[in-house]
Amino acid sequence: MLKTLRKIGSIGIVTEPAPAADELLRVRAALSEKIRTILGRALCIRHVDAGSCNGCELEIHALNNPLYNIEALGIRFVASPRHADLLLVTGPVTTNMETALRRTYQAIPDPKLVVAIGDCGCTGGIFGEGGASRGRVANVIPVDVAVPGCPPAPRQILSGILTALSRAGRHS
Amino acid sequence: MSLRRWLDRAHSVPGAPSVRGIGVTGREWTDIARDVAVAGGRLLSLWGSNTDAAGAAVYAAFLLDEGALIAELPISTGEQTTHYAGLESLFPAASRMQRALFDLHGLRSSDPDRRGWLHHDSEYEFLRVSGDGVHEIPVGPVHAGIIEPGHFRFSVVGEKVLKLEQRLGYTHKDIERRFTQLPILQGHRLAARVSGDSAVAFSWSYCQALEGMSECAVPPRAAWLRAAFLELERIANHLGDLGALGNDAGFAFGLAQFSRLKEQLLRATDHAFGERYLMNAVVPGGTRADIAPAAAVTLSECIGAVAREARVLHGIYEEHAGLRDRFMDAGRLATDLARQLGVLGLAGRASGQSLDLRIDCPCVPYGDLAPAKIVHEAGDVAARVAVRFDELQESCRLVGRILDALPPGPHLATIEAPAADSFGAGLIEGWRGPVFVALEAGPEGSIRRCHPHDPSWQNWPALEHAIIGNIVPDFPLINKSFNLSYSGHDL
Repeated sequence: MLKTLRKIGSIGIVTEPAPAADELLRVRAALSEKIRTILGRALCIRHVDAGSCNGCELEIHALNNPLYNIEALGIRFVASPRHADLLLVTGPVTTNMETALRRTYQAIPDPKLVVAIGDCGCTGGIFGEGGASRGRVANVIPVDVAVPGCPPAPRQILSGILTALSRAGRHS
Repeated sequence: MSLRRWLDRAHSVPGAPSVRGIGVTGREWTDIARDVAVAGGRLLSLWGSNTDAAGAAVYAAFLLDEGALIAELPISTGEQTTHYAGLESLFPAASRMQRALFDLHGLRSSDPDRRGWLHHDSEYEFLRVSGDGVHEIPVGPVHAGIIEPGHFRFSVVGEKVLKLEQRLGYTHKDIERRFTQLPILQGHRLAARVSGDSAVAFSWSYCQALEGMSECAVPPRAAWLRAAFLELERIANHLGDLGALGNDAGFAFGLAQFSRLKEQLLRATDHAFGERYLMNAVVPGGTRADIAPAAAVTLSECIGAVAREARVLHGIYEEHAGLRDRFMDAGRLATDLARQLGVLGLAGRASGQSLDLRIDCPCVPYGDLAPAKIVHEAGDVAARVAVRFDELQESCRLVGRILDALPPGPHLATIEAPAADSFGAGLIEGWRGPVFVALEAGPEGSIRRCHPHDPSWQNWPALEHAIIGNIVPDFPLINKSFNLSYSGHDL
């Protein structure tokens, strides 16, 4: 126990300032002021891997590490879509995940936001479209913000999430 | 002894060291599998192809003490309902590979289990457990966390698990077909994205096959840099898992500390090689980037700090009564069962399976690096944690050694596309276990066929056994202790 406490004491708080929103990542018109007020800054995220290689998941995980410390911003990941405000989707959508993705989207109460993560989520990436892949997330459900990268770094993902939540033009 | 007759007849396959190939008849197909099983060999991979250009064939790669042996069985397709003999009675892991092979190429084995595996276009019949008080808990494909999708069907009494049946294939992207649409000199990019947490292992394995086929001599510096990449990938994954395992046992301190260390490592990797995860680092002929002397010093210091801090955290994990209680005896996979199921890699080494390709079948530079083999016997979550802690230290030592002794010279050689019809194999010990790539060239720099194989194929069925008799709330911990790939398996 002493070792644990000593470790906690010696490391201190390492959290870094959050990135700004980035209007260039927005693909759909911004939220109305009313919806933004409803969601506030206490955002609940449900993540769905719709067929990714697991690379984007590694960087989404990093948002919970003490340096990005996403919970300190009032944002947290939840276990049920029924508790969520925002759906974070990775991967090209596979044929086998299409129904599950649609149902998860439907289970999120309105108003809801969708952020597509990674090159695959934005365009289908290297897996493309066809065969067992439906391609980009927007081919299956409406997308508000798309964050490219293979995988995108945690700051880019966080910036995308904050963009979805921000008023249009506020940071541009 | 009887293996000798096959090995004498086999020809050398370009790519990874000690890979041989042999063409077999239908009768020899089962004979060779039986001889391998009797000699204590393992099934590494089973795949197939069915194209107009090259006809139909089924392949099995076996792992022997002498290296890998690939058997090729040509198939005459026609009206028959069974095309080849299934190997599931000798190697249980073959069953899912055979079902996948049917989904992808329409070639049917004699395996009585004919349910689709990668294709989800028909109703799936789970094996039902019945009895007083038995009920089912279906979980997934969308899981309550930031993880890949898959379906788990638990049959339970109260909270005790009687049976787990997995249904995978949700991330199936038809990767084998996608390979055939890429130029062979670009295939490494897709290989790196078969399973993103094993990008180096897959892209190196692919390049190993390709470079063997093209007779490209990889510069020594490139081989050493690749080994540094592979060990960095191992360290990053082990750091992530050790934190998550602490967290799953209610010790959030572990997640905070290990995820902080992992972030430091990823930033140092980014500083040295220009990317946090080495998705693009291994390219045909060598590596994309070299490392500047100053960056090597920074990276070396970071690795040293990670190793020191991980040692302290190891002590904290060892002394924490609550963690010991959750880890010990949970999800035990006994040595004999691991042997029978052909469990590979990290999970295998935690159940007494002494196999590490870096030591048993080393490619350059692992002969010089001489890594220590880490084997534990207990087969429980605690053993899989212990293997990770020990391998983490060993990989830190290896990276330090590589950065100290990096040979001078170029990091990239020119490479030409191999001749049509040439065949090669790559075999690399990734952080999860052996990663295998079988590659065949088509005309004019195309890919006729590429089969990437993740060790998760072998280890997923073992998880079904390891959970039996445990309680449902321990499943996330036990599952995480294996940390198997969905995407690498679903292809």
